[in-house]
Amino acid sequence: MNKLSRLLSHDLPRSRALAVVLAVIAVGLLVAPFVFPGAKALGVAAKIAVFILLVASYDLLLGYTGIVSFAHTMFFGLGAYGVAIASTRLGASWSAIVLGLGGALVLSLALSLLIGLFSLRVKAIFFAMITLAVAAAFQTLASQLSDLTGGEDGLSFKVPETLSPAFRPTDWLDGRLLTYYAIVLVVALSFFVLLRCVNSPFGRVLQAIRENDFRAEAIGYRTVIYRTWSNVLAAGFATLAGALLALWLRYNGPDTSLSFEIMLDILLIVVIGGMGTMYGAVVGAALFLIAQNYLQELLKLAAGAAGGVPGLALVLSPDRWLLWLGVLFIVCVYYFPSGIVGRLRLQAGGSTSRGDRQ
Amino acid sequence: MSAAAPLLATPANVPKAKFDVVPLLLVAVLALAALPFISPSTWVTLTVAGLAMGMIVFIIASGLTLVFGLMDVLNFGHGVFIALGAFVATTVLGAMGGYMTAPNLTANLLAIFTAMLVAMALAGAVGFAFERVIVRPVYGQHLKQILITMGGMIVGEELIKAIWGPQQIPLPLPESLRGAFVFGDAAVERYRLFAVLVGSVVLAALLFTLNRTKIGLLIRAGVQDREMVESLGYRIRALFVGVFVAGSALAGLGGVLWGLYQQSVIPQIGAQVNVLIFIVIIIGGLGSTLGCLVGALLVGLLANYTGFLLPKVALFSNIALMVAVLLWRPQGLYPVTSR
Repeated sequence: MNKLSRLLSHDLPRSRALAVVLAVIAVGLLVAPFVFPGAKALGVAAKIAVFILLVASYDLLLGYTGIVSFAHTMFFGLGAYGVAIASTRLGASWSAIVLGLGGALVLSLALSLLIGLFSLRVKAIFFAMITLAVAAAFQTLASQLSDLTGGEDGLSFKVPETLSPAFRPTDWLDGRLLTYYAIVLVVALSFFVLLRCVNSPFGRVLQAIRENDFRAEAIGYRTVIYRTWSNVLAAGFATLAGALLALWLRYNGPDTSLSFEIMLDILLIVVIGGMGTMYGAVVGAALFLIAQNYLQELLKLAAGAAGGVPGLALVLSPDRWLLWLGVLFIVCVYYFPSGIVGRLRLQAGGSTSRGDRQ
Repeated sequence: MSAAAPLLATPANVPKAKFDVVPLLLVAVLALAALPFISPSTWVTLTVAGLAMGMIVFIIASGLTLVFGLMDVLNFGHGVFIALGAFVATTVLGAMGGYMTAPNLTANLLAIFTAMLVAMALAGAVGFAFERVIVRPVYGQHLKQILITMGGMIVGEELIKAIWGPQQIPLPLPESLRGAFVFGDAAVERYRLFAVLVGSVVLAALLFTLNRTKIGLLIRAGVQDREMVESLGYRIRALFVGVFVAGSALAGLGGVLWGLYQQSVIPQIGAQVNVLIFIVIIIGGLGSTLGCLVGALLVGLLANYTGFLLPKVALFSNIALMVAVLLWRPQGLYPVTSR
């Protein structure tokens, strides 16, 4: 128990219900390939893992530092394109993956540093607008450089033999399974690193900046530097998540990693899961992706049942599920700013975030 | 005894704020700088196109920048009103199909003005509800504002999809606004001229309201120093709601113009234009109306020139312009004091 507490940087769930949910998700991800048969289930599980990392990195920015960026998918896309481009150019090899990821990381870090230093001096609102513009430009750039990125069609590529479906050392193990567990492992390690980050003195300064940047500056912390660091860190982990997604799909295109819809998904997940609580990313990502992949069927049933009422059928149609998420999002921001995790912690009688308690 | 003489604030000795003419000159310089690279007839065509685009963008962005200046509220959901205006136009103009296809300018204009009025009324009404439900509970909390108006944007876009469907809807120009006038070698599209005209009328109305009426005086004073205006007994909240509704209505009007400019409408139109108008108000200086105009004209002209000269670069001309302006004046062309 003590070791587990250290692994979680002593930032425990502090709610029995939350602990159970987290345990179910963790165990679910670990045993998914054996318990839930079918390619779709495994795909959903892998995507959950990737999104946990992606959303957790965004939470570092939004929930802990209190800055809104709309360029997070840009870094996600950079990672995915890095691996995809390197693998198509250099052929399927480990060195291509390492090179692609490395190049993407360097580019992401440089870009995030630049954006940060350029626009984080001013107001949060300014940063939000600048990142929105930069992300839009990057999206156009990616679709314009079609020689390199494959344009709107994207890039399909091969992965090293060990990770490809054709690799079958025993009858129950194959390359897909190996890839899946590699992704889960990397995500778990990165998540613990992020948890360590936000519970370190550095993380405390970030939270101080979130609560009152003027006061944090007055105490003597250079808020620009800390904000920029937070931006750079978040960008780095997003890039890693992008690379993992590309490895899993063996494909990357604008719609899978770069589109504004994904940015909205990230925002929805982080707010619904709980801002400023790393566990919110886990709970949110799992719920959101399961809902995205399976709830739409349910909505289809509801729309069928409400078929007689024209207006109701229209808003209940499965294509409109984002409408309900949007409403849920607004309600969450108003009434449960700390999301599901905050709610569960409140019920357990604790404070919503670790910072409040100390 | 000059020290004891009371300093009376007569109009003669009030120091006049120096008008900063440099950004305005920038527009002219940009237009002239493009001249050597383009043949004069094409230049006229492109300049009119750029001005038309600039005026439409200005109409859309003016409300946003005023709302920000007055109440420190940045509405990420502004794009919804643009999309609403454009979609209302498809319905109204579709219903008035006979007026649109008649080769008669009066009938065409009647249809378009009806569409504009309906769009403005609806966008204004939705803006009123939007302010009530979405924006009001989160005054003064920037983070929540960004999130919640973004949420409003998602919901709005989905509702538009639910009502009008997710597909692209064509929005053809009326008969007499198609084609172009030809002056010598230069061809100027009729609709662009029309857009410049409408834009000028809106600009004149805005300038008149802001500079010559009491409400305008209060708005400008509120942008400068909200608390002072409040302490003088004016209810700035009511003023703000008015500006928000007017800004939404203008966005609806801009949506009609923009939809006709593109000749088709998709639900994502709001998000697309949002990026453009953010760039414009950043360039102009958050909260500044004049800056918004200059920024819009710069963006419109530059987009058209580079679109002709270097089509690939044109997609990034806005960003490049923004970076260049911010390097020169980090607070935008016309920084609003006390911000």
